[in-house]
Amino acid sequence: MLAADVGSAATDVNTASAGCGSDFMLDVIKSLQIDYVFSNPGSSFLGLHESIVNYGANKAPEYITCMHEESAVAMANGYYKAVGRPAATICHSTVGLQHAAMALYNAWCDRVPIINILGNTLDLTKRTGANDWRHSAQDPMAMVRDFIKWDDQPTTLQGFAESLVHGYKIACTPPMEPVAIVADSELQEFEIADRSALTIPRYTPSVPPVGDPGAVREAARLLAAAERPVILVDRLVRSAEGMQKLVALAESVNAPVIDLGSRQNMPTAHPLCQTADGRSLIGQADLILGLEVTDFWGQINQFNRITKVSRAAADPAVRLITIGLNDVYLKSNYQDFQRYAPVDISISGDGEATLPSLLEAVNFALTNKRRSVLEARGASFRDMHRQAFEAARQAAAVGWDASPVSTARMCMELWNAIRNEDWSLVSVGASEAFVSNWPHRLWNFDRHYRYLGYGAGGGVGYGLPAAVGAALANKALGRLSVNIQCDGDFMYANGALWTAAHHRIPLLTVMHNNRAYGQETMLIQSLSNRRNRGMTRANIGTEIDDPPINYAKLAEGMGVWSAGPIIDPADLAPALRRAVEVVRQGQPALVDVVTQTR
Amino acid sequence: MKHRNSKIFACLLLPLTATLTASAIAADPGPSADRGKILYLTAGCKHCHGTVGQGSAAGRRLAPKPLPAAAITQFIRANGTNMPAYSEVLLNDAAVADIAAYLGSIPPSAPADSIPALRDPTKQGK
Repeated sequence: MLAADVGSAATDVNTASAGCGSDFMLDVIKSLQIDYVFSNPGSSFLGLHESIVNYGANKAPEYITCMHEESAVAMANGYYKAVGRPAATICHSTVGLQHAAMALYNAWCDRVPIINILGNTLDLTKRTGANDWRHSAQDPMAMVRDFIKWDDQPTTLQGFAESLVHGYKIACTPPMEPVAIVADSELQEFEIADRSALTIPRYTPSVPPVGDPGAVREAARLLAAAERPVILVDRLVRSAEGMQKLVALAESVNAPVIDLGSRQNMPTAHPLCQTADGRSLIGQADLILGLEVTDFWGQINQFNRITKVSRAAADPAVRLITIGLNDVYLKSNYQDFQRYAPVDISISGDGEATLPSLLEAVNFALTNKRRSVLEARGASFRDMHRQAFEAARQAAAVGWDASPVSTARMCMELWNAIRNEDWSLVSVGASEAFVSNWPHRLWNFDRHYRYLGYGAGGGVGYGLPAAVGAALANKALGRLSVNIQCDGDFMYANGALWTAAHHRIPLLTVMHNNRAYGQETMLIQSLSNRRNRGMTRANIGTEIDDPPINYAKLAEGMGVWSAGPIIDPADLAPALRRAVEVVRQGQPALVDVVTQTR
Repeated sequence: MKHRNSKIFACLLLPLTATLTASAIAADPGPSADRGKILYLTAGCKHCHGTVGQGSAAGRRLAPKPLPAAAITQFIRANGTNMPAYSEVLLNDAAVADIAAYLGSIPPSAPADSIPALRDPTKQGK
């Protein structure tokens, strides 16, 4: 039986009818239940491309046509965060991988598994001309090896099968990361001499590593005894169960949760979701528990950008506990491991997988008397939550009728248009702070898939393609995908809009068109002031305003329904209503909103 | 009243104000919300604080009901925050007074309850 027929590989698979190498490679890909390959075509993987569309009938996996390898990998990034299963990307040898490198770095910083397949021609006698030489490398993965988890360049088809399944397993074992496997062009086009000798290894997922039981018990004991505990969470939750366990943990001790926003960890309407008062709570805490927080040091310290001086943000006597896999997987060169933070208990284990045992240990540590004491402190957090929400609601009203449109109005008109759908905010580009965090201040993020985080590496060009990849996953799940799209980010990778139109991917994109690289505008202004030179030239190199870009026309040119540019805020709600209708019908739509900086 | 010709005032305000003549400025009747608005929009304030002082993730809300001009001046000259300081060379006291006048001229916004999109944002999605 072929893996192509069954779509999975519960047992070793004999591939008797595979005629050429790339057909067999496709069977291996199919055995891993990979639904999509995101790719821009290239001659180094002609064989595999032809096998996907003909031998595999372009189904599971389906070839998604991308306009740039960076977009292809970013789409795979967004796809994983929406559906929880990795997709594959195929890149064209040296040049394709160089294009893909930025998005691989974003995925690496985001702890996202991606199966990156690369065409290459290792045997120099098989290179057909000058371009084949330029598009071949002795060690093609060398340039991305610092920010992928594993790679291999197998020299036989059997080796390819083992390496791809092995790579898939490595990528999906927490901490999850991208991997890369070379599909040698000669192997792809190779006629298989002895088909019955080739098998596809069975894929066995690894059970995620769980924190040491003794250390977890000690952490639970301290948490139960703390008077002012705070729970910090970042890349913790990846399932509905994970969110439920986090809520249960917080409720067990009535501890506030500060959600750092790389995933949707805590429901925003829950009274213990206290992200808005995070800094203040950290300063008062007698215990801080960090769950899958990469930059823990940055949370317990404050750094002044101008003076370059840091100071402790937490009480010197605070107890610090971390649970996560930061210390398990590190590489030296790229510095995403962040600054070293001395703590009292450091537990190496996957955060979500450790939550059940931590919750059980906390419940065991709590006496009835202690429970009644802890119940009392829940009331103050309910008040704080209500006050923060009301303050945000009133703050959103300020400048409501301003033009350019305030980010509060843009976000709240958008919320009004989607809140009765099964929605998911699939991307906000590099940071939700670019729209002043209005969605998390006022929308109701009640499920783990409501928000998929941001471009973790800060590499611009993530937002739109990641949104398209996530929307492709959400299409099958019946979710309405929403993308708040910064203009600078858009211009890196706007070809992703064509991919959305071509593949009929329903995605609502709302342009945060502030006609500038807003963050950099502020930073240049700040430095100019410190040097006493004034701000009159801070727009040079930071504005995108002469001429202003018409994103609605760009979208229209790529076959995407569009509206705008919207300057009068009164025009926004009707445009969004029409856009939602278009997306409901299975098509992408873009609303271009001329906005304030933040 | 101090002469208003700070660096920003000279570079930005004068070229951009068709309605403000040199003679009008010379008359110097005191803080001007009109001049303050132009300064506010060109001196970098709007990027963090919004065009009508509504504030953002990068800067606190300034209007309505702004701090007095003297308090604003004291804060922007030197502060321990990530906000860039404005020296007297960049924005003199009179210019800050104009900005304060502009912020003071911004009317209170309508209450959130009067805005349909803000009336009940907690309503559950599906």
